[in-house]
Amino acid sequence: MTKIATRDAYGKALVKLGEINKDVVVLDADLSKSTKTADFQKVFPERFFNMGIAEQNLMGVAAGFAAAGKIPFASTFAVFAIGRAYDQIRNTIGYPHLNVKIAATHAGLTVGEDGGSHQMLEDIALTRAIPGMTVIVPADGTETEKAVFAAAEMDGPVYIRLGRPGVPVIFDEDYKFEIGKAAVVEEGTDITIFATGIMVSIAIEAGKLLAKENISAEIVNISTIKPLDKKGIIDSVSKTRCCITCEEHNILGGLGSAVAEVLAENIPVPMERVGVEDVFGKSGTPDELLNAFGLTSENIAAKVKKVLQRK
Amino acid sequence: MTEANLKDLKLMAQKIRCHIIRMTTLAGSGHPGGSLSAVEILTYLYFKEMKINPAEPRWEDRDCFVLSKGHAAPVLYAALAEKGFFPTEDLGTLRKIDSYLQGHPDMKKVPGVEMSTGSLGTGFSTAIGMALASKLDKKENYIYALLGDGETQEGQIWEAAMAGAHYKLNNLIAFLDYNGLQIDGDISKVMSPEPLPEKWKAFGWNVIEIDGHDFEAIEKAVTQAKENKEKPAMIIAKTIKGKGVSYMENEAGWHGKCPSPEEMEAALCELEY
Repeated sequence: MTKIATRDAYGKALVKLGEINKDVVVLDADLSKSTKTADFQKVFPERFFNMGIAEQNLMGVAAGFAAAGKIPFASTFAVFAIGRAYDQIRNTIGYPHLNVKIAATHAGLTVGEDGGSHQMLEDIALTRAIPGMTVIVPADGTETEKAVFAAAEMDGPVYIRLGRPGVPVIFDEDYKFEIGKAAVVEEGTDITIFATGIMVSIAIEAGKLLAKENISAEIVNISTIKPLDKKGIIDSVSKTRCCITCEEHNILGGLGSAVAEVLAENIPVPMERVGVEDVFGKSGTPDELLNAFGLTSENIAAKVKKVLQRK
Repeated sequence: MTEANLKDLKLMAQKIRCHIIRMTTLAGSGHPGGSLSAVEILTYLYFKEMKINPAEPRWEDRDCFVLSKGHAAPVLYAALAEKGFFPTEDLGTLRKIDSYLQGHPDMKKVPGVEMSTGSLGTGFSTAIGMALASKLDKKENYIYALLGDGETQEGQIWEAAMAGAHYKLNNLIAFLDYNGLQIDGDISKVMSPEPLPEKWKAFGWNVIEIDGHDFEAIEKAVTQAKENKEKPAMIIAKTIKGKGVSYMENEAGWHGKCPSPEEMEAALCELEY
């Protein structure tokens, strides 16, 4: 299966976007080769601004560009973008609802060898708590490109969470991406597996394992964590009556929490969460880390069986 | 600057000071000290210098002012109201529930406010972004920013200072309200940011030191700032916190405390003639 890193898709999408929209400017904080904003810099050097290793200023300058009518994309690693500059994102971008697109790469465990200090596992929780912030976690390269274009078309702050390693391409060019819409990737009747980001392709693998045991799993891609597609979630569990969530994020505050909030208030059903269980990451290869923290198709399948017993 | 100009500016400064005292007293909270120290700077910018149009607050080619020391909202609101962005009567609603005059400036609510500020250090970066955007669009407008001296203790200020010099933002003119006091006392005792002129020079800025209550000095500094085509300007304006109200002058206690009705009357007696 073809693999493309969402950060690579981001770099290419920025160039395409820059060609059709002259208001797009791109900012980085000394990581342009890793975040792939260097692709944009090569083609549009006059619209690229390196802020150096200064993430607070990165976000503030992006806000200034937005106030002046530009569409800034601000990029660095997720741990620095959302962690280091949270006050700037909250007060200078979120509070005035400015049209800044924060596209952060190297989110989650799959940063790999850099270790726990660099593996951002709290960013979804932090960003979705900001009023008016749109939070998107693309599942593959195709969805990344569509998300970048959709983010540029809407007015308001957007966080796009991207990753470092290659992930399987799930969607083809005809895939219809819409902000705020959950997408059913595989239909099923026994359980719903809600997944986001790189966990979507792993959930699809889990679905295959379950099919061998005659368990029919509905796989739903929640790429927009906020605004959350409540109807899509309720519709699916109305049919399956139980679910699990899968995310490369702390199980506190991320996709699992967001889905649990919807279920508790609308349609309480048995549920389990697959994610990083409130611990920091560590060094290792991406695959070793996904195994070590249980972000695998086997663990998803095991959790599914656990939920089914509670049904 | 003509005699008549100077007289008008002095009268406007006096009006703005009276608004600050009335607003904060009615609000029952707020920041009079650091608002009063910046009165001449804002009066000069809004009534002599900046290309702005209250009838069209978002006019594309306007000059922009960012109040990075957002807690001095009263001086900004008073200047905007006197300029005609909104009725002066509304100043009495400062900090009240449902008022658009929030405790700290909100660009989405107040006509003429260019950036929401309040968390110190953040506004200055946004001014850098606006100046970069103006350059990209080849506009000839100027971006102004006002920083507190205590605010320079924020690391973000120095991140932004580097960027301003790096990108040679000669369309950016910043003022430092150098009143020497912050909430906990003398800036040099709380956490000394000194030597401020040398620091800004070392960061690559065109540093101009003036008396921040002298209109002619402010005008001269802005002219000098515009003449420099290589560097952004940092006008270090020596000011007096609480300026114009004898019992507030140079008293850190008046940073974030409002006057009582009796104190308001005493202040207005001093200010009005």
